[in-house]
Amino acid sequence: MTEISVEILHVLLWGLIATAAMSGIQFGAQYLGYSRLSLPFLIGTMFTGERAAANVAGVVFYLLGGWLFAFIYYFIFASLEHGGWLLGMLIGLAHAVILLVAFLPLLPYMHPRMASEYEGPSYRRRLQPPGFLALNYGYRTPLATLVAQAIYGAILGATLLR
Amino acid sequence: MPAPSIGDYALIGNCRTAALVSREGSIDWLCVPAYSSPSIFAAILDRDGGYFSVRPKGAFRAERRYLPDTNVLETTFHVEGGGRLRLTDCMPLPAEPTGEIEPAHELEPQHEILRRLECLAGEVEVEVELAPRPDYARRRVGFARRGRLGWQLTGCRFSAFLQGEMDLAPDPGRALLAGSARLRAGEARALSFAYDNNEAAVLPPLGDWARRRIDDTAGWWQWWTGRASYEGEYREQVLRSALVLKLLNCASSGSVLAAPTTSLPEQIGGERNWDYRFCWVRDSALVLHAFLALGFLEEAQEFLGWLLHATRLTWPELQVMYDLYGETELDEYTLPHLSGYRGSRPVRVGNAAHAQLQLDIYGELVATVAQYVAAGGELDPTEQRMLAGLARSVRRLWRQPDQGIWETRSPPRHHTYSKAMCWVALDQLCRLKLVADRDAVERECTAIRADIEAHGFDAGLGSYVAFYGGREADASLLLLARHGYCKPEHPRMVGTYRFVTRELAHDGLLRRYRTERASDGVAGGENLFAPCSFWAAEYLANCGRRGEARALFERLLGCANDLGLYGEEIVADTHEPIGNFPQAFTHVSMISAATALTVEKTA
Repeated sequence: MTEISVEILHVLLWGLIATAAMSGIQFGAQYLGYSRLSLPFLIGTMFTGERAAANVAGVVFYLLGGWLFAFIYYFIFASLEHGGWLLGMLIGLAHAVILLVAFLPLLPYMHPRMASEYEGPSYRRRLQPPGFLALNYGYRTPLATLVAQAIYGAILGATLLR
Repeated sequence: MPAPSIGDYALIGNCRTAALVSREGSIDWLCVPAYSSPSIFAAILDRDGGYFSVRPKGAFRAERRYLPDTNVLETTFHVEGGGRLRLTDCMPLPAEPTGEIEPAHELEPQHEILRRLECLAGEVEVEVELAPRPDYARRRVGFARRGRLGWQLTGCRFSAFLQGEMDLAPDPGRALLAGSARLRAGEARALSFAYDNNEAAVLPPLGDWARRRIDDTAGWWQWWTGRASYEGEYREQVLRSALVLKLLNCASSGSVLAAPTTSLPEQIGGERNWDYRFCWVRDSALVLHAFLALGFLEEAQEFLGWLLHATRLTWPELQVMYDLYGETELDEYTLPHLSGYRGSRPVRVGNAAHAQLQLDIYGELVATVAQYVAAGGELDPTEQRMLAGLARSVRRLWRQPDQGIWETRSPPRHHTYSKAMCWVALDQLCRLKLVADRDAVERECTAIRADIEAHGFDAGLGSYVAFYGGREADASLLLLARHGYCKPEHPRMVGTYRFVTRELAHDGLLRRYRTERASDGVAGGENLFAPCSFWAAEYLANCGRRGEARALFERLLGCANDLGLYGEEIVADTHEPIGNFPQAFTHVSMISAATALTVEKTA
């Protein structure tokens, strides 16, 4: 096996572990009632209105996304020629901020099933939009997201650049 | 203002939770996300316990019905001045791919209460109030306007929205959301209360979509009712009982709840107030019989599957009751901040009876399995081993005193019915060929019967008695014939019927036992126990006394509320429903009596 192949497998393995840790924190926050933000559910409902199918599809896409971002983190560490859990955590926090202030507020314009506070729900658009910092999904949502992304980044930072 | 009469309530639900709607249009009981979760509306137990009210302003007269063969409630308000308003209430069901109903394939909230108002005549001013009080009214919430999405509850861990086609505004002093609208003939408005526990809120559209979802829900219930194969007498009342049973049949586990409420009292002002939001093994044989008799084989299979799954947790012994998902820890505590239904304290959550020893449940479980097998059901090897294990428990336990079918909180006694049900358990296990050492089990059966006949029968009274050494009557003894312990026409059974009705009947309807004599460990008395009177009717039908059976049965039909719903008990003087409401045990007893009357007629 070539060195590149080993490196790819390494990123895939730790990307999976980091995604699982991040998901665990988010699911934990959900089931403890701290947050109602479920990115797999939001992603899955872009493709189907059936709740069970949306959750399954969402988890698959979320895992693929976790791997994709693991490679992006890898290239960032490689370009900086520096890794480590602290740098990873900082990148993870920056990632969370982009998610909270840019991606989620723009989601209603991209998501086919997300309603708008200006127009109200329709036959298809029924999901409550996340709002600023996703606060509509619980006021602890930003904190849960920051912690989850920071852990994701820290795991990748600690493991990817050997 | 006191809570309405218990019989003034109707039940709506979605097979995952259920709500009580008063005749005046107020939803006074709802637990979310599951039947046994803490309440969000509990005005039935305390006027400040939370409610969701929709009613005309001023004086009115209300009449109501369920849409035919559905659990969609329709209340018509006749308002002073000639106005007439129709309120349709339901908890929408997600469309099922039944082959007859097209699935919507769109997101639905975890739970929704949909209320649609339509002015039929004149002009009617409508008042709406939403006063949510989560966690049994221990928490207060706020309200935040979310543009055209409606009002969101704030300060809570779940998501709940009220959308309404009318202006609503918070009333901070009363911690509620209120609004009003004036409707003219032909105008309609819809209100949707949507709940999601831990995911982003889903907000269904109103307008024509609200009407369509009500139609779809009614269609779903009619499709379900159409599966019933029952063609016997009293079909309308029997199907109403089936619809109640389905509302209490948890879609996610297959279990059947005893009742959707807690602490509705057995006597106003009394302390016999229990939490019935659990599943009793005691009820299982009648529940399965009801499903099989009406042709709901899928529900019967799911229920038996749940029963055998749940009881594995305590195998080889059984617990009196389990929660919806088979959990066994049902610790009891009181809610002192709630004043109780019309001052009936305490309000209890959980049920301490779960830890009692009740030997009759072994017979109930095995009788349930026997019915399933007789109807063509099959048991897998694991289930067969599990049932064989129960035989060992019965042989070990039957000589012990227990708390009996009525879960008395006094010291244990040797209850005759419990012993007889131990006999039923072993006898049926032998018939099902599920015991390895059949000779020994048959000898044990003989020993149990000899014990009952020696100590549980009083020759002087000519009757079986409630417990060994006593001379008390107990209505559960009427079931001895039903379970095959004693033939209905046997002199000892005839004498027992005579003794039970002489001692326990009030105006022809039965108590379960005499609380003033039985020392059951709880203060106060109780009313007439509705299932027992149906058992009497069934007994009469089974021993050929058709006229008496029919007369009693038809009297009992008059003890339901105007919608055909029964509580646990019947008020002795007024014959109104009382106790936890509506009660599955009463409805399955009613179905059993109706089928006995039909079989008897056919014979």
